[in-house]
Amino acid sequence: MHEVDRRAFVKLGVAGAGAALAAACGWDGGGALRPLLLDWGRVNDWVGEKVLFSPTHLARTYSPAERSAMLPSYFISASTPMLSDPERWRLRVQGMVEQPLELSPEDLMRLPRTSYTVKHHCVEGWSAIASWHGVAVSAIVARCRPLRTARYVNFESFDAGYSNGWDLASAMHPQTILAYGMNDNPLPPAHGAPLRLYSPTKLGYKLTKYVVSMTFTDQRPGGYWEDQGYPWFGGI
Amino acid sequence: MTDAQGPRPFVRRHHWMVRITHWVTVLVLAGMITSGLQIYEAYARFGDRGGPYLPNPLDGTQFPHWSRLGGWLAGALNWHFALMWPLVAAGLLYLGYLVKSGEWRALLFRPRDVPGALAMAAYYLRLRKEHPPQGKHNPLQKLAYSSIYALGVLAVLTGLSIYKPTQLGWLTALFGGFQAARYWHFWTVWLFVAFTITHVVLVFVVDPASLRAMITGWYRGRFPSHD
Repeated sequence: MHEVDRRAFVKLGVAGAGAALAAACGWDGGGALRPLLLDWGRVNDWVGEKVLFSPTHLARTYSPAERSAMLPSYFISASTPMLSDPERWRLRVQGMVEQPLELSPEDLMRLPRTSYTVKHHCVEGWSAIASWHGVAVSAIVARCRPLRTARYVNFESFDAGYSNGWDLASAMHPQTILAYGMNDNPLPPAHGAPLRLYSPTKLGYKLTKYVVSMTFTDQRPGGYWEDQGYPWFGGI
Repeated sequence: MTDAQGPRPFVRRHHWMVRITHWVTVLVLAGMITSGLQIYEAYARFGDRGGPYLPNPLDGTQFPHWSRLGGWLAGALNWHFALMWPLVAAGLLYLGYLVKSGEWRALLFRPRDVPGALAMAAYYLRLRKEHPPQGKHNPLQKLAYSSIYALGVLAVLTGLSIYKPTQLGWLTALFGGFQAARYWHFWTVWLFVAFTITHVVLVFVVDPASLRAMITGWYRGRFPSHD
């Protein structure tokens, strides 16, 4: 059995390399592997949520002088989403809560303000520093009082049905805010006016813009990018 | 490759643990690199938006279709984050085996290997005629195999620091921040590629019998001493 010709090994090596190349050709795993990869993604979500996420650890903050020259804006509508009647906009807080709420911009601004300058991390790999101000999601939670059985909160937008499901612990993080201001100015339409979700503990695609409602639930809500295969937890 | 004394006997060279972790690493690293090249395409430069950017000859490069795994960013991320587990597992199993068996002594490059490494370098540069005597591995091999393990550790640590730059902010800071950590993570790829090319060329040019040894565990080649 030891008298195998060396050429056999060369052939084996060449065949293996060829198979590896063929396998790598822009392949997403195919019908058989893609579901397995997505299932495994749930394991990574669990590790991210239960092992690596700290409800008290604060992201590093920067001084306003360190702000990046630009921060790209993204929305899924064909053009910048705008409210036809901004006066009538309200944040609806609904679902499994003791006290459903309808909050106007003035109501939100009367709540304690949180502001910080942090680094934004996009799933694409870019990053940029900007300042944000708004009201902590935990302050809303204190007023709507979710039921004991609520485990998730879904943030819904008027940007062509864009939404994001969040675990409650991430939503309750002290740096998770509903922002109505950016870089000391009112939140611009390109970045989600009148209200967007912000947190330096999440990738950008988890930060719902153009928010109209938040719904507490016991069923894990998906999300626009999450349903297409991006990691659900999206925590950093 | 003259065989004046006739066929040599086979000697036992690589434990099955070494062979399995070696080939698992080959496959997993190929998947990590190809999915990584797909991920790179989404932001093919290093620096915060608006610049300045770190010096990078591959700024804006889109790698050939055949070299990318995952089809698109999300597909590539899912491959990358799934394969990181077997990569780390293989690394730890291999390390555990080396420690338990004591074989780390034959692989770890230490200061006393420096003279031998210089002798080997002289041989390769044709400044010395005879191949210096060696054990299982010559000092340059020890240097290469110690460095490649360290490179694997660096790849995993820089990877973790860009996977969780907030929760593992201390690690990200250690590498100079998120964009610098991405930069180092990217360069580990080219060091792996350079190592692999050199490694494979040397196997075929200097000691082809070592390929069989890494598959079957048995070695019968030019360098059987001290096995």
